[in-house]
Amino acid sequence: PLPPPARPMLAPRRLHGASRAVLSAGRRLSSLQQHHELREDVEAPLAEPALKSMNMFTAINDAMRIALERDPMAIVFGEDVAFGGVFRCSVGLREQFGPSRVFNTPLSEQGIAGFAIGYAAMGHTAVAEMQFADYIFPAFDQLVNEAAKYRYRSGNQFNVGGLTVRSPCGAVGHGGLYHSQSPEAYFTHTPGLKVVMPRGPAEAKGLLLACIRDPNPCIFFEPKALYRAAVEDVPEGDYTIELGVADVMRAGDDVTLVGWGGQLRVLERAADKAAELGISCELIDLRTLLPWDYDTVAESVRKTGRLVVSHEAPVTSGFGAEVSAKIQEMCFDSLEAPITRVCGYDTPFPLIFEPEYLPDADKVLEAVRRVTAY
Amino acid sequence: RAAPSRAPGAADTASMLRATSAGRGMASPGLLRAALSVMPRETDAAAAAAVPFAAQAQPAEAPRRVPVPVPQAHLGHFVAPPPCTSLELVLPRAYGEWPMYRVMGLDGHVEPGAELPDLSVETWHKFHTIMLQLRAADDVFMSAQRQGRVSFYMASTGEEAMHVGSAAALSPSDVVFGQYRELGVLFYRGFPMQGLADQLVANEDDYGSARQMGVHVGSKEHNFFTISSPLATQLPQAVGAAYALKHRRGLEGAGSAAADSVAVAYIGEGAASEGDAYVAMNFAATLDLPVVFFVRNNGYAISTPAREQYRGDGVVSRCAGFGMAGVRVDGNDVHAVYAATKAAREMALRESRPVLIEAMSYRVGHHSTSDDSTRYRDPEEMEAWKSSDPLLRLERFLRLRGLSDEVHEARLRDAARVEVLRALEEAERKPKPTLEKLFTDVYHDVPKHIREQEEGLMAHLAAKAGQ
Repeated sequence: PLPPPARPMLAPRRLHGASRAVLSAGRRLSSLQQHHELREDVEAPLAEPALKSMNMFTAINDAMRIALERDPMAIVFGEDVAFGGVFRCSVGLREQFGPSRVFNTPLSEQGIAGFAIGYAAMGHTAVAEMQFADYIFPAFDQLVNEAAKYRYRSGNQFNVGGLTVRSPCGAVGHGGLYHSQSPEAYFTHTPGLKVVMPRGPAEAKGLLLACIRDPNPCIFFEPKALYRAAVEDVPEGDYTIELGVADVMRAGDDVTLVGWGGQLRVLERAADKAAELGISCELIDLRTLLPWDYDTVAESVRKTGRLVVSHEAPVTSGFGAEVSAKIQEMCFDSLEAPITRVCGYDTPFPLIFEPEYLPDADKVLEAVRRVTAY
Repeated sequence: RAAPSRAPGAADTASMLRATSAGRGMASPGLLRAALSVMPRETDAAAAAAVPFAAQAQPAEAPRRVPVPVPQAHLGHFVAPPPCTSLELVLPRAYGEWPMYRVMGLDGHVEPGAELPDLSVETWHKFHTIMLQLRAADDVFMSAQRQGRVSFYMASTGEEAMHVGSAAALSPSDVVFGQYRELGVLFYRGFPMQGLADQLVANEDDYGSARQMGVHVGSKEHNFFTISSPLATQLPQAVGAAYALKHRRGLEGAGSAAADSVAVAYIGEGAASEGDAYVAMNFAATLDLPVVFFVRNNGYAISTPAREQYRGDGVVSRCAGFGMAGVRVDGNDVHAVYAATKAAREMALRESRPVLIEAMSYRVGHHSTSDDSTRYRDPEEMEAWKSSDPLLRLERFLRLRGLSDEVHEARLRDAARVEVLRALEEAERKPKPTLEKLFTDVYHDVPKHIREQEEGLMAHLAAKAGQ
């Protein structure tokens, strides 16, 4: 029999109510904190965690560093990760943990995925990078046919819970067709996977650590436009943000705005503009797309009666379609207007027309006004 | 770039640059600009046209060669052998054909010059017994599918030596990633016939919870990862598993189980055309990993013969391209398969490198119960391969040594058949798994949305039953 897999030596801390005061400085109270306040915390309450100003690639780097520290069998690999990665997410890791923990693979996404699955199937933690989400498709067979089904098809004899795939996604200003895609919807359609997308550095660190430790294969999409541009105070040390729980970033009464990843900034701007017009928007970050927290969204829509969903990916069969279908099933009687999606068009992602392609704050505001006036 | 237009007799810009730099050691800015522009400028072209190059005095002797210094530091990927001045497009025949290693002839005798692996008589009997069990299972379950007692089956007829010969060379702690036609490997490692019957009938005792088509078996206890239908996906996974073994060895030290374990991946010559196969070999070689790739070249991928599968010399010839060790072996010679697997495993383990074994064999039966190979196969070809049948060859070998005879073989065959029939009947007595197994194991825990769907199904069925 195989020797038992190595276990992390220290358990991660959950973000406790005590940290609320620190995090909310200058930021609105999030449901993350509400969620943890209401729980019966088994672990002892912690002192206020130290914060450090980080951008998103630094926060992600920090998460991987913690994962590698805690678990001696955890490895990080992909194309160009050894020198620090094309987005600098793995800077310093090889120097600190050595070439057997942080290494380059040959240039093949299907190889990276298959290799990662084999490593995770042996009971260990594999953090695999797909250099751009646009190039995740060669890995699609391994991820959908193998990783997602490993536990089910084996009668729970085998699993690849230790697998996390990280991949930069989303518009970046000049990416065109193949450096801008948001392919999350292909994967949310795959039972057995978890799909997660953070909206900023603090969320990214906690969600990535949660993915790494989650006993299911996770795909963690990182909005590349936020790597440098998003800077905020991020708790130092180890923490996780619970998967499958949406974050009500801002309370409101008139319209529920739902998004994920970089789109939350767009929705925030639209909500601010709407506020000037006297429209109060409730802003929800799904964070986890599979499995997604429809109860939180439904509770909000029962209150507001109006839902606008927004994402960069093309509108047809985008994840907004799932949100719309599920919420209209759950909240039909509460709806005052049709559920509206503000998304990318059904075209490949264009270069010169990116500004017009993107679902920007003006388009979202237009939708907000339309549903309010319905 | 567009070719610059030429005035009659005008020198091209590159020649102008050469002429100037040879004379002065460097080009004037004006000439450089001209050289770099797509179209030569009118003034420069006019000046050049005034003195055609051909009319200039030629040097008396060839210019002296001044060697260009090459930095001694390595040029990265560029190997830089001495340049070759004769152009030759190398044809594949120059690479030669890989020989096929054999120990035992078709008649059961050890070939002159071959070394018979030093195995015990018990092991030879185990080869024989397991091959017969597999043969019996193939016969019974193929028939059972025609009768509707199992939904699907794939026989391994003709390939038994590859299974038992290779399995005998492995350690129980080696991790095995199969394709789908390696049941003999599982049996050799101790997997019970009842386990196969349960999986085929899809009852509550199936290790896989009755979720997969027939022969898609797996057993954690036997370090045999569950079979999946997509082809070649198991190869990169075996490579990742080998990395886990290598990494564990580093952490746990020389005496650990990981230090004495390799990953083994089986694949057919057809599936070896998949991208995952190439990718796995490249990763294994580049990352220096202890993995053995066992290619069962049985001549067919469903109806596609090997000559329509590749143009090179089988699969093992690809080793050169990957920088990987390899060997071709007679797949119907159980001794040769054993010896090759043992040697490959030792090299993989000792030197932390991948090794590929291409075992040449023949798929005697249909691809599966959904196939009728008489539609695409020549009966003469099938008849010709009977002389190489691995079970017959082993029986000839054993008879030559007084270790078997007709009576003994008949007894073993009957016992094997009885065992399979008993397992099938037993499997049919068991119920399906409970319906909750439809919804569990999608994730580690059952998430809310799946639980709600389960409740919906239960309510639907209850309502239907009530009508």
